[in-house]
Amino acid sequence: MKAFLILEDGTVFEGISIGAEREVISEIVFNTSMTGYLEVLTDPSYAGQAVVMTYPLIGNYGITPDMESEKPWADGYIVRELSRIPSNFRSNGTIQDFLKKYGIPGIMGIDTRALTRILRDKGTMNGMITTNENYNLSTVIPLLKAYRTGNVVDKVTCTEKIVLEGKGKKVALMDFGAKKNIARSLHQRGCQVTIYPAHTTAEEILAAKPDGIMLSNGPGDPAECTEIIRELKKLYSSDVPIFAICLGHQLMALAMGASTHKLKYGHRGGNHPVKDLETGRVYISSQNHGYVVDTDQMDSNIVKPAFINVNDKTNEGLSYIGKNIFTVQFHPEACPGPQDSAYLFDRFIEMMGGKE
Amino acid sequence: MPKNVNIKKVLVIGSGPIVIGQAAEFDYAGTQACRSLKEEGVEVVLVNSNPATIMTDKEIADEVYIEPLTVPALEEIIRKEKPDSVLPTLGGQAGLNLGMELAESGFLKEHGVKLIGTTAETIFKAEDRQAFKDTMEKIGEPCAASQVVHNVNDGIRFTNTIGYPVVLRPAYTLGGSGGGIAHNEQELIDILTNGLRLSRVGEVLVERCIAGWKEIEYEVMRDAMGNCITVCNMENIDPVGVHTGDSIVVAPSQTLGDKEYQMLRTSALNIISELNITGGCNVQYALKPDSFEYCVIEVNPRVSRSSALASKATGYPIAKVAAKIALGYTLDEIKNAITGKTYASFEPMLDYCVVKLPRLPFDKFITAKRTLTTQMKATGEVMSICSNFEGALMKAVRSLEQHVDSLIAYDFDLLTDEQLEKELEIVDDRRIFCIAEALRRGVSYEKIHEITQIDIWFIDKLAVIVEMEQMLKSQPLTVELLKEAKRIEFPDSVIAKLTGQTEEEIKQMRYTNGITAVYKMVDTCAAEFEAETPYYYSVFGGENEAVGTKTRKKVLVLGSGPIRIGQGIEFDYCSVHSTWAFKKEGFETIIINNNPETVSTDFDVADKLYFEPLTPEDVENIVNIEKPDGAVVQFGGQTAIKLTESLMKMGVPIYGTKAEDVDAAEDRELFDQILEQTKIPRAAGGTVFTAEEAKEVANRLGYPVLVRPSYVLGGQGMKIAYNDEEIQEFIDIINQIAQDHPILVDKYLQGKEIEVDAVCDGTDILIPGIMEHIERTGVHSGDSISVYPAPTISEEIQEILVDYTKRLAQALHVVGLINIQFIVMDGEVYVIEVNPRSSRTVPYISKVTGIPIVDLATKVMIGKTLNGMGYPVGLAQKAEYIAIKMPVFSFEKLRGAEISLGPEMKSTGECLGIAKGFDEALYKAFLGAGVVLPKHKQMIMTVKDADKPEAVDVAKRFAALGYKIYATRSTAKFLNAHGVEALRVNKITQESPNVMDLILGHKIDLVIDTPTQGNGDKSRDGFLIRRNAIETGVYCITAMDTANALASSLETAEKTLTPVDISKIGNCYPEK
Repeated sequence: MKAFLILEDGTVFEGISIGAEREVISEIVFNTSMTGYLEVLTDPSYAGQAVVMTYPLIGNYGITPDMESEKPWADGYIVRELSRIPSNFRSNGTIQDFLKKYGIPGIMGIDTRALTRILRDKGTMNGMITTNENYNLSTVIPLLKAYRTGNVVDKVTCTEKIVLEGKGKKVALMDFGAKKNIARSLHQRGCQVTIYPAHTTAEEILAAKPDGIMLSNGPGDPAECTEIIRELKKLYSSDVPIFAICLGHQLMALAMGASTHKLKYGHRGGNHPVKDLETGRVYISSQNHGYVVDTDQMDSNIVKPAFINVNDKTNEGLSYIGKNIFTVQFHPEACPGPQDSAYLFDRFIEMMGGKE
Repeated sequence: MPKNVNIKKVLVIGSGPIVIGQAAEFDYAGTQACRSLKEEGVEVVLVNSNPATIMTDKEIADEVYIEPLTVPALEEIIRKEKPDSVLPTLGGQAGLNLGMELAESGFLKEHGVKLIGTTAETIFKAEDRQAFKDTMEKIGEPCAASQVVHNVNDGIRFTNTIGYPVVLRPAYTLGGSGGGIAHNEQELIDILTNGLRLSRVGEVLVERCIAGWKEIEYEVMRDAMGNCITVCNMENIDPVGVHTGDSIVVAPSQTLGDKEYQMLRTSALNIISELNITGGCNVQYALKPDSFEYCVIEVNPRVSRSSALASKATGYPIAKVAAKIALGYTLDEIKNAITGKTYASFEPMLDYCVVKLPRLPFDKFITAKRTLTTQMKATGEVMSICSNFEGALMKAVRSLEQHVDSLIAYDFDLLTDEQLEKELEIVDDRRIFCIAEALRRGVSYEKIHEITQIDIWFIDKLAVIVEMEQMLKSQPLTVELLKEAKRIEFPDSVIAKLTGQTEEEIKQMRYTNGITAVYKMVDTCAAEFEAETPYYYSVFGGENEAVGTKTRKKVLVLGSGPIRIGQGIEFDYCSVHSTWAFKKEGFETIIINNNPETVSTDFDVADKLYFEPLTPEDVENIVNIEKPDGAVVQFGGQTAIKLTESLMKMGVPIYGTKAEDVDAAEDRELFDQILEQTKIPRAAGGTVFTAEEAKEVANRLGYPVLVRPSYVLGGQGMKIAYNDEEIQEFIDIINQIAQDHPILVDKYLQGKEIEVDAVCDGTDILIPGIMEHIERTGVHSGDSISVYPAPTISEEIQEILVDYTKRLAQALHVVGLINIQFIVMDGEVYVIEVNPRSSRTVPYISKVTGIPIVDLATKVMIGKTLNGMGYPVGLAQKAEYIAIKMPVFSFEKLRGAEISLGPEMKSTGECLGIAKGFDEALYKAFLGAGVVLPKHKQMIMTVKDADKPEAVDVAKRFAALGYKIYATRSTAKFLNAHGVEALRVNKITQESPNVMDLILGHKIDLVIDTPTQGNGDKSRDGFLIRRNAIETGVYCITAMDTANALASSLETAEKTLTPVDISKIGNCYPEK
């Protein structure tokens, strides 16, 4: 069946429908990872977005157990070509069936590079995936322009507290849409990890007397998470060591008076170099963010930049002065992407007074 | 970290002659690195014995030494030039070994010279088998169970503990020389014995066989700060067991999930960090297909063939970055030249699929074993890029120029099902075609996988191609079907064949329906950033990014495709120099080529690079977009020449000599007319199509005759026939491929062979120099030792040569280059052949005369005159040096190949000896070719009757040098009868001790074996002696002239050698 991708600038791509046949309006973003399509699909940070994979051959190794959450969160899926058979010893199905099973609409057979170039030049924009051949641009475009991602953290966070038993440090993980590998990385290092819904109050968390607090990644515009930001202010004052990733990093910065802005087309992929400003070392990182913290407005008595992006010099990490708090924009939990910065979890454990 | 200011003068070691396993990729890497160093204001001293390279140009380095790559030669250069540093990581294994030897001996320390790029300790840890194993164990990286052995018994003992099969890998050899898989004790003994001999340190690794696992490679970069990145990973379609140089390789990996991908990536970073490598490094893995178990196969702490491939596949210039790292820069300080925005400290992301196919030499060596093993056999490779795997594979297949443009090939359809299944078990260069046939017959993926171990994903992709073949055959050709066929890169010619239409009809249908190629950019970042470097590949469907700019005059330069015997790196040299010359003249330059190893496909050589097959259709697609003002075909070897007619049909004018004049030189009848008109004699001959006609001509002329197809390079298919049977045999071989042009049969004249390259501006000619071959006619010019200036021809003959060259150039209206081969016999000059294009000798003669031949040829094509450019006409003044070009062969890599020299070219590369005197030059040339004699002062002679009188003189010379001469019965008898002492040895078929025992006893320096003519069968004594000599590492000579030359060289061996800086030659000529 034919499918169409209509962008808010009026560009239309014709391709073939994959996954669910329903229509979807979403923000269209591109990811440049060459492997890890399943991790991308199941990353809750993609809630409210349809993902374009720039690598053209997707689905080659099928569906493996490498899901980063219980289900795919992306609103839609846009690819050049899906492999007609998967080949991997762990594969237990095709991506075609997977998308259908979870009702994710998608389109394949389009020039994903041309689409990416549009998004790069004009910036991230909204779009619609539809199988309706009789779409009317003049009615669709206003709908696209009106679409807002909204507060998607509520959609993706867990509803109840979950505990992963461990004999080591007690970590409270605030789930704004956490990828599983954050909890797993801590758990593998012996931590007892308690995962809290996003709207848990600071008081409740502190009452459990955690050794450290982990703020997770998550979807959407950080500035819309006003309630969470308010709670984070309290956590800041608590003197409990805090490590934050991506949305967590942005929310902590917002809590301490910084502002964020939306990047033209974001950073999504597994090849972004980030520089540790203290050591001068450069690490290749996994990234997935559309917003970034503005460092120029930050109070230099409270916070200082810890990492920057080597390519565009945007902020990639903050260290809070006089506090046991550091936060990063990129993803040390990888999945997908390079594991170069996994050592940051060790650093967090050290911050909590644990062993390296 | 900023640049280390203490590094001011660097000696860069090149990789020497092109041999299998060490080819043009090092010219690409070396050239890029030298330019990168010069960019930083560092003075570059270059040493490389290979004159056909671009890196040995005076534009590339400040001081250039084309000297043998031996420790004494390097020491002499270091004493003379006093560099502060040596960069050994750009010259392949040869360069690395030399750097290591210089460091180990203490010479570098003594002279205050540092190794940069990598330390001796790092080289040792990566290259020494035991040290490497220990290092990997230390950081917990798994290697296959293995043991280093120094003798056969230890090998057998260890294998008995881990079980057969085992892989054998000799230490410090190139392209896996001497390695192999042993399935039983006899094979173990054979391979191990050979491997121990070939290893520089007499070491072989015996290893658990992991054949059948996935073979995955990572290219890694690291700087002195410890920052590291992976440039890309690659997956071999052929599982472990086939050398990666002979494998079909795809980038990035296709069947690895992120878990496997990152697991190996992290491992690669750990390894490069532990080895403390600064620069580039290649790590090879075996990954078990049904688990996460993996083994590190090997690490190359230097740029390599794979790194050249990775550079071209991603756009990340590994050698350039490695050179900057050697100077002290960190990755985040080095700009990404493609984007101009990002830095070298990022990882390229591909939004396309890359396929590399090896170019194997079995068309040249029809007797060689075709099977692929851990010992590399490919002479070159092609790469192609597409947005899908099928398309990339289809493009790569036709880029090979092996008369195959789809998966329907090699007559597998004629086999029975049983035979086909047997055939599937054979691992050779035709395997994918065999799999395609199996798929056509409905053999299941599982069955094919079980036999070949190739991942199902790739088998399915082959099936997609096969299904398209069937659909084209059986269904009406709808627009949709055509679109789909083009998406997976079926060429029009194949679609035409399958649908029963003409190629023109298919093309028209495409044009009518807007199905045309579009071009996408290789930008290192999957379009995330805007790229500045126009490096393109084609796909069907989608947006076109290549804008047909039109501000300046625009020229299309056609490259020469994969490196094969007969068409080597020389043509890349010519293409690149021509491009540079056009640039200097203000042209916009566009290169089309598909060889990832070369300088021409470096993205900053031309203004635009199209990485595409060189077929008329692929070229036309580019022409349609670029609309060039003209094309140049003279420099790209036969590959480019063959496109002339098509280009003219497309309306693209050809710069320089016109197509009809090129034809006149190739077409026998037209050429005879030219000769008649110019009154130049040639050997009598005729043109034929069949064996019967050939025999008739041969008998009319009288045997021996020279038989050859027209329009080929490197004397492909050329043979000397002595009787009717041989004619039959040779013509049959030639006619295995349908001939568009007649076959030539000429009287064979045995005389002195002379070669001339000249530039002609339409009126005047300039001959930079006349070259004379050491071997008489009958040995292909590419395989002959060539001497400049010609030492034995008289003034009178020289004048005739100049006059003939001028007459021929004028009669053929040559504008640009012309190459002519002459025979001088009994004071008469005959023409053998004329090639109105660049030749193999152009780079060498340019360098030793200081005359920039390609530059001049390019400029005359656009209307300049030799006089106008300030150059003399006629024969240029002789240089003050003697320069001798020595062919280099790769016979030891090709089991079963016939090594005796003849009219068909067999060498893979060349080196140069340059000196004030003939003897020193000759000695250097032999040294450069790896002939380091004497060792044991024992030799074997076995010569055919016709050569026996000459053999006496040769034997006398070697005896005078102290050689003990062994000879087979009749040769011994003849020598003894003529006053040379020769010990008789038994033939192979006779009882021990026989000639074979002597060779295998490792006490023989040299075998002189002149074969009786004809191909004969492989069990003959001569063939076995030659093969065994080669495989035992004994230097083997098959022509008396070569033997005499070697004697001359050894007679002067004791003298000290003086290095010559060739960048100072020819400075008497004007700056262009």
